[in-house]
Amino acid sequence: MNVPPAIKAFCLAPAAAFFAAFWLLPVARLMSLPAEKGWETYFVVLTNARYLTSLLQTLALSLAVTAATLVLGGAVGIFLARNQFMGKRVLLALLTLPLSFPGVIVGFFVILLGGRQGPIAQWSQAMGLGNWTFAYGLLGLFLAYLYFSLPRAISAYTAAAQGMDAGLEEAARCLGASRWHVVRDVWLPQLAPTTLACAAIVFATAMGAFGTAFTLSTKFEVLPISIYNEFTNYANFALAASLSIALGLMTWLVLFAARRLGSTNLVSA
Amino acid sequence: MKHHSPMLLLVTVLVALFMVTPIVLSVLAGLVNNYSQGLSSGLTTRWLVQVWEGYGNTVWASLALAASCVLGTALMGVPCAYALATSKSRWARAFEELITLPVAVPGLATALALILAYGQIKGFRTSYTFIWVGHMVFTLPFMVRTVAAAFERPELRALDEAARTLGASFSQRFLGVLVPAVAPAIVAGGLMVFTLSVGEFNLTWMLHTPLMRTLPVGLADSYASMRLEVGSAYTLVFLMVVLPVLWALQTLAARVQARYGVG
Repeated sequence: MNVPPAIKAFCLAPAAAFFAAFWLLPVARLMSLPAEKGWETYFVVLTNARYLTSLLQTLALSLAVTAATLVLGGAVGIFLARNQFMGKRVLLALLTLPLSFPGVIVGFFVILLGGRQGPIAQWSQAMGLGNWTFAYGLLGLFLAYLYFSLPRAISAYTAAAQGMDAGLEEAARCLGASRWHVVRDVWLPQLAPTTLACAAIVFATAMGAFGTAFTLSTKFEVLPISIYNEFTNYANFALAASLSIALGLMTWLVLFAARRLGSTNLVSA
Repeated sequence: MKHHSPMLLLVTVLVALFMVTPIVLSVLAGLVNNYSQGLSSGLTTRWLVQVWEGYGNTVWASLALAASCVLGTALMGVPCAYALATSKSRWARAFEELITLPVAVPGLATALALILAYGQIKGFRTSYTFIWVGHMVFTLPFMVRTVAAAFERPELRALDEAARTLGASFSQRFLGVLVPAVAPAIVAGGLMVFTLSVGEFNLTWMLHTPLMRTLPVGLADSYASMRLEVGSAYTLVFLMVVLPVLWALQTLAARVQARYGVG
């Protein structure tokens, strides 16, 4: 289809102008801000012990969440793809409904479940085991992030597992492969592209998740909360900018690498 | 199934419980008198009424914001998608990559950048337009990518070519042939934009002021300062706003798939 360049430019102009004014320009400003306080400000996330701890904690938590999400999401996806039962569509709809929830709701869910008035605290009290609350600690944060990322993994793996070749598995079993061998040599290779794409998106989302951690207001500090505190509580704009650059660079790199290796489509539903 | 796997069944049941229990707990908690006592404390709508009185305006604010994002992304995104779909140059790919950056970078960073660049402009900073701008840069790539994929279909090119040989001008072809042909993709992109905007928190929390609150901002506020029952009732209100849109999105996706083979 040959479209004259002038028409193309005319079509592109509104979006390009809007994007330049409200994203490129502000982000350029953000990226130049730490320089005003000296070049070392850019590396504060590595040189300052507090931010480095926050970064390492965020990385560890995001990695753990990603691993758990892939294993659980993969298992559920394979199960749903291979079994037909009453109410399967409803179940799949329920499992993917949280895709539209903001992180704050997920944080609140964990408070409902594991907070001071939650059913688990009530049960442990009734059993005379004391007040079991996990909502405000590391476990609460982990569960909230897991809840947030599972729907994406489940829907991706369900779709991918439907396209798996049943004959391959059949052949492997006939040849005497054990369960573990089927998982390792038949399932994993076929699901590898989905796993790569899912891992990148879940990891990047967990690194940048703010709403969930904000609602739970955990003592376990993650990088987005550090940025928020620097900006709102201490009005330390250059520092907040430096930390956001570091965080943004990391999430973008992970997604970019995944797209280069496979074909992650970040914006398809 | 020939090979039953008890492990997969167990994991699925546990994950389903983990995902569904909080939703049920939350809906229940918003409708009972006392969360700790559960159903035995009796059902009530007073928390819903309290939410509506205190936060009802956030529902309208979020709906209006989401609707104007749909309008804005459609007006800017559809022509942009057309230009990108008809260009195979490296620049076009780079541009597509560039406008997707606000999705790859955490919302917090985009919000900080906007505040640092435009925070001093009083009339702008303290209006809903400020939040709208943030939502727009975040949702625009979803509209562009969805519609560009539809513009790339080969039969559309043939259609465009036919209209051109019959003497139709560019604007006639674009508005009369091309846009109607990709209408399902525009609606699908629009519903995506709508859901994303209604649920957006990371950007919005930074951009909002006490006088301009959206649904998720109000939710965070109620979780921090109100009793659990009120927070739950408010969550129920969010579900009632979002569910119809999701339902429409799924119905539409199924219909598009039935019509074009692939979504």
